[in-house]
Amino acid sequence: MATVSSRNPVLYRRRVSRGAKHLMLIGFGLVMLYPLLWMISSSLKPEELIFREPGLLPSKITFDNYKNGWTALAHPFSYYLWNSAVITALSVVGNLVACSLAAYSFARLNFPLKKLWFALMLGTIMLPFHVVIVPQYIVFSQLDMINTIWPLILPKFLAHDSFFIFLMVQFIRTLPRELDEAASIDGAGYWRTFFRVILPLCMPALATTAIFTFIWTWNDFFSQLLYLNNPDNFTVPVALRTFLDSSGESSWGPMFAMSIIALGPIFGFFLAGQKYLIRGMATTGLK
Amino acid sequence: MVDSLSLKPEAAAPAHAPAVKRGRGRPRPPRGSLRSRREAWAAHLFLVPWFLGLFLITIGPIVASLYLSFTDYSLLDEAKWVGLDNYITLFTEDPRFWTSLKVTTIYVVVSVPLQLGFALGLALLLDRGLRGLSFYRSIYYLPSLLGGSVAIAILWRKIFGADGLVNAVLAIFGIQGTSYVNNPDTALGTLILLHVWTFGAPMVIFLAGLRQIPGSYYEAASIDGAGTLQQFKSITLPLLTPIIFFNLVLEVIKSFQSFTQSFIVSNGTGGPTDSTLFYTLYLYTKGFKDYEMGYASALAWVLVVIIAGLTGVNFLASKYWVFYGDSK
Repeated sequence: MATVSSRNPVLYRRRVSRGAKHLMLIGFGLVMLYPLLWMISSSLKPEELIFREPGLLPSKITFDNYKNGWTALAHPFSYYLWNSAVITALSVVGNLVACSLAAYSFARLNFPLKKLWFALMLGTIMLPFHVVIVPQYIVFSQLDMINTIWPLILPKFLAHDSFFIFLMVQFIRTLPRELDEAASIDGAGYWRTFFRVILPLCMPALATTAIFTFIWTWNDFFSQLLYLNNPDNFTVPVALRTFLDSSGESSWGPMFAMSIIALGPIFGFFLAGQKYLIRGMATTGLK
Repeated sequence: MVDSLSLKPEAAAPAHAPAVKRGRGRPRPPRGSLRSRREAWAAHLFLVPWFLGLFLITIGPIVASLYLSFTDYSLLDEAKWVGLDNYITLFTEDPRFWTSLKVTTIYVVVSVPLQLGFALGLALLLDRGLRGLSFYRSIYYLPSLLGGSVAIAILWRKIFGADGLVNAVLAIFGIQGTSYVNNPDTALGTLILLHVWTFGAPMVIFLAGLRQIPGSYYEAASIDGAGTLQQFKSITLPLLTPIIFFNLVLEVIKSFQSFTQSFIVSNGTGGPTDSTLFYTLYLYTKGFKDYEMGYASALAWVLVVIIAGLTGVNFLASKYWVFYGDSK
């Protein structure tokens, strides 16, 4: 095969151009990922070498940055990881429950003013959060909920992320109606149909929702900065930020090390859930 | 799939189908019948959490913030009605408002087209059965998942710092660089680069859109003797315009609301000399540092009007360049 194509000028040219394309794509990918790789490598270098070596291979490997970073703040870093994990896990549960309930109703049931409600739901996807954040803050502070996890998770249990409702509505609409009808003939009510028929078939959409909620909540900085002021409640992003404050420009090594740890779970979920992320993106365009 | 990408999914499917086909042959129970009443009852039950959220944490706060924008309110005292004062101050006496608006506008106007350009270019390179597609896609997509995080903002600050990665590389060539995040002329540029770096998300949407274009179009075109460039201009680009439009609207809205990057890179100040003072950061400072909640609400409403206006302009302009096929 190879000899034939190398003799055929058209195929040969195509192969060369394809090779060039791959080279270009790999080169560009390396440029894209270089900052990340550099951060990983820097986190393993002794402090004084970080900015003397732009290369990726550390001339000396040490885990001191991780050891120092872990204990550099008021609490060990595991404390902040745990806080983040609790908020993230509850947010995932909230979004899964509340958004799937709403999505089933929008996708399958008829009720008065459905079009209006649906349009409102779509509208809230585009709504800039600024316009609600001040009154929300006032309400939560009047309810004495500042420095608790409630302002962060309550909106999830009230289906505030309408992105995911939309995603699931789109998904449920692709399921054949005959399934609902069969369930109904077998005597299943709406609740049973939802729980036993629709939900199990929605697994891909639920997975997409779970993974995106995880990543967004884990990364979320604005609302955690806003609502968590007490160092005892700090989550990973807010804790990382105090690093910048307390140590100024001096301790980049430990800061890099803890940043890597902060990004670790996202990377893990990305590897595990790529398929769902890409599919979810393609159907609704969410990030 | 193209339908599912359009902004109004509901209008896409049933609107222009004949009324009989609604619900795939399932007759809708007559209004007021026992069955339809039971169905409506169940539907509302399923929507209870969403309804609560809609009224308590969306519509309620929207109304409240509109009211607050006409008041002086510091969270401690009662809100005091001041009429249009906040808005007048904002437009006539507040240079930082104009600065933040300018900074954010430059950020959006420069970074969104660049980001979408990269996204489209890479999507075109990756399309059409390239081996290793999913591998490349993952590599390019990863930064858009990480880009909004504090960790990456910290990294960025260090890459473009005085003794950062960029200068370490430049030093190899004997060039002595300065700190790019502390220089008012370049600080915003580093944030724009960070945004462009996250082009993977729109790229994935472009890839999905490219896949919807039937291969037979290209076959027919090449039989007619159209070259690659011609095919791109006459087939790919027109059929892709709805998705370019979709990405454009989404990215403009999203980047107008950026916060984390400017907060971390400038350590909460918007500095140096307000050169990275994003609108959201200014609103945060006014509302939650100075506790001028009324003023912050006015800022929020101005932003909403700007975003709504831009989105409206986008939709109006779309008539002239977005191609929806012959059927519409």
